[in-house]
Amino acid sequence: MKSFEFAAPRTEAELLRLLSPIPGHTEVLAGGTDLVGLMKKMVVTPERVVNLMEVPSMRGITIRPDGAISIGATTALDEVLEHPYLASYSALLDALRGINSMQLQAQGTLGGEICQRPQCWFFRSGQGLLADRAGLVSQGQNEMQAILDNAGPAKFVSGSRTAPAIAVLNAEVRVIGPGEADEQWLPVAALFRTPRKEGERETVLLPNQVVTHIVLPPVGNLGSATYEVRQSEGPDYPLASAAAALRLEGGRVREARVTLGMVAPRPYASQEAKRALLGKSVSEETAVAAGLAAIRDAKPLAHNGYKVQLAKVAVKRAILEAASRAASSQPAVVA
Amino acid sequence: MTDSIHNSDTHSGVSRRAFLKGSGAAAAATAVGTSTAPLAAQEGGTEVVRGEKTISLTVNGQNRQATVEPRTTLLEMLRYQFDLTGAKPVSLDGSSGASTVWVDGKTVAASTMLALQCEGKAIRTVESLGGDQPDPVAQAFVKHDAEQCGFCTPGFVVAVRAFLDKHPNASEEEIRQGLNGNICRCGTYANIIDAAMSIVKGESHG
Amino acid sequence: MVEYYWPQREETTLIGKPVDRLDGLEKATGTAKYTYDVNLKDQLIAKALGCPHGHCRIKSIDTAAAEATPGVVHIELLREPGSEIEWEGELIAVVAADSEGAAVEGRSKIDVQYETLEVFTNDEDLEAAKEAGRTTRGGGKAETQREPGEEDDEDEFIEDEIKRLFGEAAHVIEGYYGIDAITHCCLEPHGSTVHWDNGRLIAYLSTQNVSGTDDGFARDLNLTADDVDVICEYIGGGFGSKFAADYWGIAAARISKQTGRPVKFMLDRDQELKLGGNRPSGYIKVKLGADENGVVQIWDSEHWGTGGANGGGVSHGVIPYVLSPPNYRRLATNIKVNAAQARAWRAPNHPQACAMSQTAYDDLAAQMGADSYDIFMRNLGSAQGAKPEVYAEEMKIAARLMDWKAKWHAHGKGPRDGSVVEGLGMALHTWGGTANNSSCQLKIYPDGSVQSFCGTQDLGTGTRTVCAQVVADTLGLSLDQVQVNIGRSTYPNSGASGGSTTVGGVSESHRRAAQDALMKLFDQVAGALEADAGDLEAVDGRIRIKGSPESSLSWKEACSRLGLKPLEVTASYQRGSGSPLSSSGVGGVQMAHVTVDTETGVVKMRKFVAVQDMGLIVNPKTAKSQIYGAAIMGIAYALFEQRKLDPATGAFVNAEMADYKLPRLGDTGQIIVELYEPDSERERGVIGLGEPPVISPGAAISNAVCNALGVRVPVLPLTPKRVLDALQQAGRV
Repeated sequence: MKSFEFAAPRTEAELLRLLSPIPGHTEVLAGGTDLVGLMKKMVVTPERVVNLMEVPSMRGITIRPDGAISIGATTALDEVLEHPYLASYSALLDALRGINSMQLQAQGTLGGEICQRPQCWFFRSGQGLLADRAGLVSQGQNEMQAILDNAGPAKFVSGSRTAPAIAVLNAEVRVIGPGEADEQWLPVAALFRTPRKEGERETVLLPNQVVTHIVLPPVGNLGSATYEVRQSEGPDYPLASAAAALRLEGGRVREARVTLGMVAPRPYASQEAKRALLGKSVSEETAVAAGLAAIRDAKPLAHNGYKVQLAKVAVKRAILEAASRAASSQPAVVA
Repeated sequence: MTDSIHNSDTHSGVSRRAFLKGSGAAAAATAVGTSTAPLAAQEGGTEVVRGEKTISLTVNGQNRQATVEPRTTLLEMLRYQFDLTGAKPVSLDGSSGASTVWVDGKTVAASTMLALQCEGKAIRTVESLGGDQPDPVAQAFVKHDAEQCGFCTPGFVVAVRAFLDKHPNASEEEIRQGLNGNICRCGTYANIIDAAMSIVKGESHG
Repeated sequence: MVEYYWPQREETTLIGKPVDRLDGLEKATGTAKYTYDVNLKDQLIAKALGCPHGHCRIKSIDTAAAEATPGVVHIELLREPGSEIEWEGELIAVVAADSEGAAVEGRSKIDVQYETLEVFTNDEDLEAAKEAGRTTRGGGKAETQREPGEEDDEDEFIEDEIKRLFGEAAHVIEGYYGIDAITHCCLEPHGSTVHWDNGRLIAYLSTQNVSGTDDGFARDLNLTADDVDVICEYIGGGFGSKFAADYWGIAAARISKQTGRPVKFMLDRDQELKLGGNRPSGYIKVKLGADENGVVQIWDSEHWGTGGANGGGVSHGVIPYVLSPPNYRRLATNIKVNAAQARAWRAPNHPQACAMSQTAYDDLAAQMGADSYDIFMRNLGSAQGAKPEVYAEEMKIAARLMDWKAKWHAHGKGPRDGSVVEGLGMALHTWGGTANNSSCQLKIYPDGSVQSFCGTQDLGTGTRTVCAQVVADTLGLSLDQVQVNIGRSTYPNSGASGGSTTVGGVSESHRRAAQDALMKLFDQVAGALEADAGDLEAVDGRIRIKGSPESSLSWKEACSRLGLKPLEVTASYQRGSGSPLSSSGVGGVQMAHVTVDTETGVVKMRKFVAVQDMGLIVNPKTAKSQIYGAAIMGIAYALFEQRKLDPATGAFVNAEMADYKLPRLGDTGQIIVELYEPDSERERGVIGLGEPPVISPGAAISNAVCNALGVRVPVLPLTPKRVLDALQQAGRV
């Protein structure tokens, strides 16, 4: 690693004072499961690392008067997984269980999971987010690259496995900075973007802004699920995933959200899948139709056509599970 | 953190009203920063460590001190300063589980934690499971030959100990589900399952 | 002259018993010191800069900024400007520094300018390789039962004969199969920790060749082997890739000499995968013809693949594999790609040959609508390596353990659970496993203690434990009365651990040394017992007269008669010298039961059965572990492992643990291991075991997937992508 300064603030205000507005100068550290590896490879080379883990206000799970659940960004994944308040947030729990490593679940944090850097060999070998500007991705080993929203030079896939779930659960994130009084709330989907030009990251966060909390509204009788196509057990990333959340009324879909993971440079909310579901009763047939709708705009590269099939199946399976949970209004059984 | 239910609105003055009002992408656009103060001036009341720092922590129950740089990982500190080489460097990002240790009771990859993050914390390594009275899990690994080259073994022993502490009555299926954070190249998994099951069943290995 | 022999099964006390690994607790509690773990006072940490291009020429190297990096002590160039580099990751320069962090920062500041050159990575596309001029002949052979006449042109005759045989065949199969290149991926990377002591080099080296690597250091450093002490108490995996000091080991020694400080130089994880060793790929086009019973009469194949930038590939000598019909023609072509050179990988050539051959036999069964078990059984008449009856007996045992007959269904005709189908597959294998050269020095001290010394190493097989079992059993002692010393090149020479030769070799040398020493001890105490030395035996810690156990001396009493000096013997075994203690040639049978999700292409292992012959089994506990491990390593290359090269740059894109997929504990299903050791095989003596059980899993699992789907997924590993592609080509998605 390059030499850097280290600071461990105790309050959000101190934290913001330690962050630089200059891209790349400061990095925030939580569990370290992503950032430390990137620093060892010198892909990320900050002048200063600011440890978020000693800011008490950013940790823990609380319930609000309206029943919304607020999760501090540095809350460990296993605490989220095991917390009784979250037992009915099935899509989130499915996604967390998919990170099948006791160590990563204990060390990783929810904020870190959401804000982890993209899963992309080109990026992780130091070629940046827009490696396809030189055609490297199109002509290269692109088996794991994006099939949706991939027309521009960014062809990586968003790394977060919980973001699709958090998105369909209608969560918002609290972002602080750059000023000490600056605070805003963003729907999860608005946190991410597909970078188009050099210097843009995969989130809208400024270098001196930090996600401090993730807030999930009351789940009510919403049924939700995440389905990850994983080749193996363990923490390895899925090949494609989908999260779905459905509210049924009289057996028909009244509210639907479907977000795909590992297929686009951002968690990919599918309006097409949503339209295919609204007003329908959920059957294998409607789920298949929603899956097909979700991949209608897919543009696979030379070697990742299989991901189209996987995305389609992930959407179908997430919807069927979500519908079954909505119908029973029962939370997922925690393994 | 379940006790925080009684204190549901503590962080940083965020109100329910702000939560409702601030929603939406539009808010993002207004957030563009204006702060351009230089890096060094922004330290406020927080200590900024540059170069080396001597930290205190407990390692396997003993108070220890180490002088580390900000970039020193917990794994490097354990191996090079304390000569505790049970935790192994295998993967860059902790995905092999070979560097698994306990920090304040939680299992973490020592390879992806910075030493400075451990200041004042209690570290426990695989060596704490040895000595004159080895931990039953370590003994079960021997009895069931759950090791070959042995390079992944310390990480696995810690993982199994931690898993069984949490799930003392685990079924074989739960063991197969719950111990996937570690990689073995020689292929000792079958015997690791047997070793873990033998602990659940209360078999003696002494 | 001592006559060497193994005791009968019922007469052993430790040989053949499931003894716990002697060093098990050191490994399990983290006190076992591997090369990576050896910390020497004032040591420097070395990190190397790897080349980022698959093919390039170095234009310039500027180390000024690196030298100025705080903590950096020394920089050593391994390549000069003008050098051509043919694979990504090749080491260009080494930075030695006070800490890992400083070494890594320093190397990032080395400024190397490259001229990139054309890259070729496509080892599966033979036509593209030919067009690119990347192919070389890999040899071949043709055999027919009918001999050509004197007038015949041999090639024409064979061509006509093959045509005729296919014409007569009741069943003809044409298939395409393959297996990608994989790496060794040792969890302890290659490397060493070295220092100099009065002109002698002390090298802690992660090696499977303790006795042979002192020469390697000596040659490159202008020393004699006596000036080098190689030490390896524990090694974190080798699998055939750690036989040499390697240029990075030599560099460590040079840097240590120049700086006067100890140096630790271990490869980074990605360097380990890129440089530390890989196994050649293989792809084959096969046509085979069988009679109406499914007995193959003619095999005609062409295969190709790559062993890296210098060519090489899978030898044609093991094609077709084990089942070898009377008429065959085989041709091999080697392809040069921009990747590091292959190294021996557990059972070189065999896993690929098995996966490229026995898949075709299984496709024959599929086409005939026959049970694959029956087709394999009917073809055992042509089996090579082990005796056909060994394979046949093992097949019966395996089938019983798998419950094959009850579970069997015709290819693609099994029950379907939603999108999930299941299937069975099998394969068989052979391996030589001749004992390697080995010498053992045994010392019996007047106080009764016993020590053995041997320059072998313990790769994870349990070598230490085997040595102790043999010595203690022979001397009538318990394990704790014997101290085994291995892992130093100053000990008597013992062969490298490669090709399943170690347990055979050390069993030879330790049994011989123990028998020799015991004879000498008998000579010394015969008088006291008023018996002939030849009438004595060592049992239960006593030396006694055969048939009259009341006339005996305790071991300690007996040894006290040695006087002041220990009794010392050195015994050796030379490979190929013929011995009643060891031989070669084993057979094994494996069966796999899998499920396949036809919508996602995900294959899951349900059950795996391995039945294995290995002659006389010294330690069934550690032997079983070897087979479990081989099965899991086989599952790894059958389903997960794959070296992925970027076609544009030649970069190895999945060279980190998070990306190079290996199975986890939950991925392996139930594994059942059966040791096959009837008297007929036991009496052959010790035969090596490390390689054979890793050979069959690829073919067995591929066959099981084909049985499940009714569609062949031709190339291993059987990733979801490959399964879906195959289903799509078959019009099934």
